[in-house]
Amino acid sequence: MIEIYLDNSATTKPFDEVIEIMLNYYKYDYGNPSSLHKMGINAEKGIKYGRREIANFLKVDESEVLFTSGGTEGNNIAIMGVLNRNRKKGKHIITTKIEHPSVLNVFKYLEGCGYEVTYLKVDNSGKISIEELKSSLRQDTVLVSVMMVNNEVGTIQPIQDISSIVKKYNNCFFHVDGVQAFGKINCYPKQFGIDLFTISGHKIHGPKGIGALFVNKDIFIDPIVFGGGQEGGIRSGTENVPAIVGLGKAVEVLKKNFYDNFKTLNILRNKTIKKILDNIDNVQINGPDNINEVAPHILSVSFDNIKGEVLLHSLEQDNIYVSTGSACSSKRNGQSHVLKGMGLPISMIDGTIRISFSLFNTEEEIDYFVLSLKRHVNFLRKLIRR
Amino acid sequence: MERKYFDYSATTPVDSEVLNEMLPYFNNDFGNPSSVYSYGRDSKKAIENARYKIAKLINADAREIFFTGGGTESDNWAIKGIAIALKNKGNHIITSSIEHHAVLHSCKYLEKHGFRVTYLPVDKYGLISLEDLKSEINDRTILITIMFANNEIGTIQPIKEIGKIAKENNIYFHTDGVQAIGNTVIDVKDMNIDLLSISAHKIYGPKGIGALYIKKGIKIDPIIHGGAQERKKRAGTENVPGIVGFGKAAEIAYNNLDKNIQDLTNLRDKLIKGIFDNIDYVILNGHPHNRLPGNVNISFQFIEGEALLLSLDMVGICGSSGSACTSGTLDPSHVLLAIGLSHEIAHGSLRLSIGKYTKEEDIDYLLQELPKIIKRLRNMSPLYEKVKGGE
Repeated sequence: MIEIYLDNSATTKPFDEVIEIMLNYYKYDYGNPSSLHKMGINAEKGIKYGRREIANFLKVDESEVLFTSGGTEGNNIAIMGVLNRNRKKGKHIITTKIEHPSVLNVFKYLEGCGYEVTYLKVDNSGKISIEELKSSLRQDTVLVSVMMVNNEVGTIQPIQDISSIVKKYNNCFFHVDGVQAFGKINCYPKQFGIDLFTISGHKIHGPKGIGALFVNKDIFIDPIVFGGGQEGGIRSGTENVPAIVGLGKAVEVLKKNFYDNFKTLNILRNKTIKKILDNIDNVQINGPDNINEVAPHILSVSFDNIKGEVLLHSLEQDNIYVSTGSACSSKRNGQSHVLKGMGLPISMIDGTIRISFSLFNTEEEIDYFVLSLKRHVNFLRKLIRR
Repeated sequence: MERKYFDYSATTPVDSEVLNEMLPYFNNDFGNPSSVYSYGRDSKKAIENARYKIAKLINADAREIFFTGGGTESDNWAIKGIAIALKNKGNHIITSSIEHHAVLHSCKYLEKHGFRVTYLPVDKYGLISLEDLKSEINDRTILITIMFANNEIGTIQPIKEIGKIAKENNIYFHTDGVQAIGNTVIDVKDMNIDLLSISAHKIYGPKGIGALYIKKGIKIDPIIHGGAQERKKRAGTENVPGIVGFGKAAEIAYNNLDKNIQDLTNLRDKLIKGIFDNIDYVILNGHPHNRLPGNVNISFQFIEGEALLLSLDMVGICGSSGSACTSGTLDPSHVLLAIGLSHEIAHGSLRLSIGKYTKEEDIDYLLQELPKIIKRLRNMSPLYEKVKGGE
């Protein structure tokens, strides 16, 4: 049975190498890294390996990488950690309207704690306006948090332009949710002037339940979870050694052919766009047209006169898996805040699916997928017209 | 050299049955449970199945189990989540002086934010006094958090009695059950436990996954915000393989609980007896009977714990001086100081924790090597020479 998994923004299948090395740490090198004996030392070596792989990949120091239980916790620690540490510096924070819920809901929570929040608008391609950022920044702005790649439409924000403006404000820190960008496009937080950068394991063929946070060594943050003092006191709790090693391995595998991977994903994405536009009428590709401004693995498409969720389930009958929006919000009935923010009419938002690629996808799969897509769209549209 | 592992309280190997159950969720059913198509639905089902197994182990309802990133997060969530949710009701929390740092440091954090915390002392066995507890309760008390069983000395607190006191006074009762789970009977209904922290990697499950039992109807704030996972109480893509592994580990623990307790108790008592029979100037820390079946904690006079650990490691024996989390530091254990040991004696303490893969021969091997090492180390101690000379 053919199965075509095109929901790689939700989660990815781990590399075989990742699972293999993790098994070793579950079965044999299972020690607690805080233990002084050989078993503990072996576990500690695993952590060092994971940290080194990530640090090298990001071009940062190993001491600047700390492990978390995932992207959500990473975003929570980064935002609340830096604000709690710098409570007295100001009460104004800035983010965008199209962030992931693990950023947006932290900002909502902070509004309840007395912070004043500016939510930057985006244009119809999903990009923020540098001018609006400039006019929003104030002397008491303490944090700007902008995602690098949007999880629903793939838009890449002008991170370096943002950081060069934020840097003009001494009291202001810059956090970037890099969960969808990491492993897909160049992510060099230090070169880009980023203070805090969040990544996650399971979006890059690593395990679930593990993530990492880059914290520039010049800045200090407070923990949100207290205990044994692991991860420099910022994230207490016995380290998830097998998953840390697994994440390190995923990075090691990815970076070997990083540029080729990027090309492969771009080919899949471009081919999908072309085939959809060639075969189906009244569709719209969301996000930037310029391929340098959009992530190579995410494609958001809106079909006029179609319910995205119905289309999703139709495709599922052919064992093709896509999503309507982000996985995290797909349970809620509310319309995508991202597409709304980009100004899509409600009818088009309702008719949107997200197709997201990985290195495991092939061009043959795309042919099969578009064929199936065309059939289902035509069928559903006929039903509606009747 | 084959290693003899005596550090099950720090962490355990993953049971191969657990691993086998986890594997498909790495390979095949790797979907995101929040997805609406069948890939996601399969993992959603697996999560609910695991939740049910964990609930069964502690006599809770599946809907009362919430997954976290581990025991530390569970403790933090329970304490801070309740404190924030009830801050208008009161600001007083009662705990004990021998809690895990995940609890102690959460309490310390709250003290900086306007809460008042009472740290109950313990007796020489590590037990709190129920009378102390009653007398510390006032109308501002919102939470009692007392660990089920101590991670260093293994002492099991009178949890049912504490639960009763908490209930009579209408105060929430949280207990850190990380060490107790799978090693003693936990019945949240019978014991009136409102919140219970547990962790998978102490019961032959994977690291990086834990749970918080939250009794139905309890008001608690989240500490991690984001997507709507865990019924909006704990955001973040669910660690499906970890959760599935935790569920299987809980099922195995449930099925073997009585046998596990009996087997470990026998081995533990043999180990304690063997040490007392072969080595002089030793003290057993913790309660003689009300202790975890796998826990042995012994102070060797005239011995420096770290030297002892390293010597044991050289003959392939993995032990610990305190909890794993603090064994990297030189400070003496706060638990051993709280039960009244001097700094000096506390420094000479060794925790040997056994588990279901511990064999009788492992105990024999330890009993063969340990006296030799103690003798060698003591021969280097001028203090020991003096005491022996005075005899």
